[in-house]
Amino acid sequence: MNAPLIGARIPRKEDYRFLTGAGQYTDDVTLPNQTYAAFVRSPHAHARIKGIRTDSARRAPGVLAVYTGEDVAAAKLGTLPCGWLITDVNGQPMKEPPYPVLAQGKVRFVGERVAVVIAETAAQARDAAELVEVDYEPLAAVTDASKARAPGAPVIHDIAPDNTCYVWALGDKAAVDAAFAKAAHVTRLEFVNNRLIPNALEPRAANGVYSRADDSYTLYVANQNPHVERLLMTAFVMGLPEHKVRVVAPDVGGGFGSKIYLYAEDVVVTWAAKQLNRPVKWTAERSESYLSDAHGRDHHTVAELALDRDGKFLAMRVKTTANLGAYLSTFASCIPTILYATLLAGQYTTPLIHCEVTAVFTNTAPVDAYRGAGRPEATYVVERLVETAARELKMDPAEIRRRNFITQFPYQTPVALVYDTGNYHATLEKAQKLADVAGYAARKKASEAKGKRRGIGYACYIEACGIAPSAVAGSLGARAGLFEAGEIRVHPTGTVTVFTGSHSHGQGHETTFAQVVADRLGIPIENVDIVHGDTSKILFGMGTYGSRSIAVGGTAIMKALDKVIAKGRKIAAHLLEASEADIEYDRGVYQVKGTDKKKTFGEVAFAAYVPHNYPLDKLEPGLNENAFYDPTNFTFPAGTYICEVEVDPETGKVTIDRWTAVDDFGKVINPMIVEGQVHGGLAQGIGQALTEVCRYDDNGQLLTGSFMDYCIPRADDLPSFQVDTCETPCTHNPLGVKGCGEAGAIGAPAALMNAITDALGVKDLPMPATPETVWKALRTH
Amino acid sequence: MAVRVSMKVNGKPVSGEMEERTLLVTFIREHLRLTGTHVGCDTAQCGACTVIMNGRAVKSCSILAMQAEGADITTIEGVARPDGTLHPMQAAFKEHHGLQCGFCTPGMVMNAIDFASRNPNPTEQEIREALEGNLCRCTGYHNIVKSIAAGARAMAAAK
Amino acid sequence: MRAFHYHRPASLAEAASLAARGEAKLLAGGQSLVQAMKLRLASPSDVVDLGGLRDLGGIKSDGKTLTIGAMTRHAEVADSAEVKKAIPALAALAGMIGDRQVRAMGTLGGSIANNDPAADYPAAVLGLNAVVHTNKGRHEADKFFKGLYETALAPGEIITSVAFQIPKRAAYMKFKNPASRFAIVGVFVADFGGGNVRVAVTGAGPCVFRQTDMEKALAAKFEPASVANVKVSPAGLNSDLHASAEYRAHLVTVMAKRAVEAALK
Repeated sequence: MNAPLIGARIPRKEDYRFLTGAGQYTDDVTLPNQTYAAFVRSPHAHARIKGIRTDSARRAPGVLAVYTGEDVAAAKLGTLPCGWLITDVNGQPMKEPPYPVLAQGKVRFVGERVAVVIAETAAQARDAAELVEVDYEPLAAVTDASKARAPGAPVIHDIAPDNTCYVWALGDKAAVDAAFAKAAHVTRLEFVNNRLIPNALEPRAANGVYSRADDSYTLYVANQNPHVERLLMTAFVMGLPEHKVRVVAPDVGGGFGSKIYLYAEDVVVTWAAKQLNRPVKWTAERSESYLSDAHGRDHHTVAELALDRDGKFLAMRVKTTANLGAYLSTFASCIPTILYATLLAGQYTTPLIHCEVTAVFTNTAPVDAYRGAGRPEATYVVERLVETAARELKMDPAEIRRRNFITQFPYQTPVALVYDTGNYHATLEKAQKLADVAGYAARKKASEAKGKRRGIGYACYIEACGIAPSAVAGSLGARAGLFEAGEIRVHPTGTVTVFTGSHSHGQGHETTFAQVVADRLGIPIENVDIVHGDTSKILFGMGTYGSRSIAVGGTAIMKALDKVIAKGRKIAAHLLEASEADIEYDRGVYQVKGTDKKKTFGEVAFAAYVPHNYPLDKLEPGLNENAFYDPTNFTFPAGTYICEVEVDPETGKVTIDRWTAVDDFGKVINPMIVEGQVHGGLAQGIGQALTEVCRYDDNGQLLTGSFMDYCIPRADDLPSFQVDTCETPCTHNPLGVKGCGEAGAIGAPAALMNAITDALGVKDLPMPATPETVWKALRTH
Repeated sequence: MAVRVSMKVNGKPVSGEMEERTLLVTFIREHLRLTGTHVGCDTAQCGACTVIMNGRAVKSCSILAMQAEGADITTIEGVARPDGTLHPMQAAFKEHHGLQCGFCTPGMVMNAIDFASRNPNPTEQEIREALEGNLCRCTGYHNIVKSIAAGARAMAAAK
Repeated sequence: MRAFHYHRPASLAEAASLAARGEAKLLAGGQSLVQAMKLRLASPSDVVDLGGLRDLGGIKSDGKTLTIGAMTRHAEVADSAEVKKAIPALAALAGMIGDRQVRAMGTLGGSIANNDPAADYPAAVLGLNAVVHTNKGRHEADKFFKGLYETALAPGEIITSVAFQIPKRAAYMKFKNPASRFAIVGVFVADFGGGNVRVAVTGAGPCVFRQTDMEKALAAKFEPASVANVKVSPAGLNSDLHASAEYRAHLVTVMAKRAVEAALK
């Protein structure tokens, strides 16, 4: 297990193609007879469609077809499904309004697809899209979730007259209320977890291809889970047999959740490809991405923590209203519930927790998982409460955490999860040392001497990753399995191609997974290639999200490797004329115990494919194994982030001066890649707290519809990060890994807001803490 | 109306017929099929389309192809040596893990090469400021900054 | 982008006659126009590319005035030894526009002809009491910027150069919009000596303007304290997603104070 490849900083195998412009992203795929689609999108947040005139568009140069909602309804295309059924407090299923791929009679958010124009060139399609005349009858719109529940609010879907998808709860309310009634101290916060737009740098794109020759389809799509995309599209929307559809997610330029989902555009180009018998490509312009990619977060929360006099947590009570947008996106329903309320214990022994979530439809883009997905929101609740409680009780923020840390494992939380392992004291201690907390007072003095303010903030986050044990997920409403698949194809010369159902869109699987395989087989890493992202090559897969790839996908590969090694042992036993039980495998060599009789992995592979001297009566030739792995529990990465900010009181500008992150991801395969994941997560978490917010006006027009108005962090907004890890191996997977993709985004907002509120001496401040927000807080304080 | 444009791209003379409204990036991607230059936004913020034109890094999404008539252009495909050896800046990005999904990378590298050619020994702050026109959503810029510092030194040393 | 006719005239006269056509637009560096066209916010019938004109470049100083050709790129101004010597604040300002790729294309003439309310150059033109030269004559800075995206330029009138008065000292301070990197507030302060001080503010209002209260205070004494207590009224200032009028008004004072500090360094 501790062979040199695991834990090594190996430069990435995939880099060469990206660095030389040889990456192949979806928009880079242009096929013979290619056509181009442009979508006509609703300019209204809420309107009835009284009529659509397409004749001038049809007559425009280069136009091949114009389709509207009527056409897709006539073709019996289904609506986009939601993959998770939430059952409400009354035992009723959530409200599931139909989400058509092209609007049917009504539009419910700005950017909703109303029609599609397909033409010989992208420019012609765009030109003609302007000629589609839609007669709208505008209706009153509502964008704020709380207002959408008020009496008299515009009704978005007839099946949900109060615009409520569900009211859901977790925990023992009576016990929690009783604990609050007796508590020595209650800390209360009310805040908004700001709505975000993911903004992967590669805009979404899809290229649908149809082959009349065998009545089959291929969809190239910027997507994080091609098999899931295929399953949803074939079985639920298009009614196609899966074996006739190939989904390829080639190089994908970042996902962060936004490319998990089945989008209407994907379905439309695939369907249209058959109508025209030509490939149909659509690539989002950034403005379209802003309007139509699934957004993230958007919670309004009242959170309370009950404590005794010594700062011991007694109970937590949380009430959240979650904005789901106009329709249910693929996993929308489980984000503010299953992936949120279950994390409210954090790293602490809080014995009683109750959380109620009201999920609401509004006239905004659908909201779904975005990096962290529910867990950043939970961490924000817990860590803002804890820090505020410490201030109110005049306790050291680290000390109050230490007093409440979970130290005995496995630990059953009051919110359904069982933490298998962790060492929260270790990450806190290491982070405090690296952050030089001891030197903080002197730095604060130095800042004050310059007329600046300085603050420090902590966040001790936990996340549930390695999603997920299928049976557990199923009992909670998941409509899919959450296992992963892997296949090891050993070639006759002993080199290996690995097929994984995980998908890499920046995570570096081609390197990390190759390290795992090369390490386990004891062969050079150059002899291992990883293949992902193509349903015609990979047996199955659930894809990449929820920091699951190494823990679930990696374990599937490990299981397949076990089978390869076991079969190789049988072959070696035959070749070495020894008993199978006497054969040991170590670093690429099968050896008869206690002798010098051995065969290399390559020799065994060769024998499997040239079975001249081979136990054909007992064993099939070939060396190719696969495995499906369904995890037995979630994994629980956790860590401590400490942030120090300097605030310019004249302008309100916040500068992050120091950032220390100590994470416990269990075993780390490639520290260089893991650190990179943390850096990126931190940047997105910092973006949420400092610069990013999606805003609609009251009429439902998106005000932050471009990089000119929606501010994702730039290089000069961020510091260099000090990143380190502690290793408490996961107990239930063979690699001892937990996952690292989302941690930064989960822990960063709370740490940063804790630091800023500390610097300002205020209890709370809305995110993002823009200069004006900070300036105003300073003026009124 | 179709017009003709000619320029030099990666050392080779190229020309093509196109609509007058064709952007330089469209000419590069669609006509020349050099798809390493990317389009990540429509407001000239992200810099994924950065190429070097007449010796300076520019955003090819904000330039009409016709404006580049007669220009000398280098794209990411023209940066490595003919034998495939990476340019020192490309090699630095690889060594320091300055890329993840790879989408912003060509623009980052092109801007970094131009920047480093004028600033052989930049400070961290100078590098961060030089990246004002390049967005990355994956790396938090930490390793990009390190890559450019190392790449600049390597470029200076190779001179 | 909608279709248009592209022209690349070889002479100023030809450019002027093409520019006078229908819905023609002049294309200088294109860093604003091409964006607007891509988003279909601008759809000119004709695009007249000034890139082929030879005489619109050049930077020269006679000790009293610094004259910069209209097609001079921001990067050239930022890097120019001549500009750094004559008006370092102007070189610094040019180095703060957009980002380095935008600065490689964007031009002085294009910027001031567009007169974006949050652009940087208008603050320098107004603050340095410049004269805008065109193919048809000249405009004093005080009369050039007319309002939101509006200038004194007549149809078919093409900026050829801008002559900046060289001040005794000057500085530009910009508080950037974190997303677009345009100015939320930018203040250019120039001291020409003899009580002649100009303070030009961009980003804060619908058009660049002079802050005369501050000018008077600085004319009396050119020091940060002179402006630190000048209250700027939020009335008429921009209020948007990124900053309220009240906050902008406050920033005008802060940026002015910092500009004076910088000018004195």
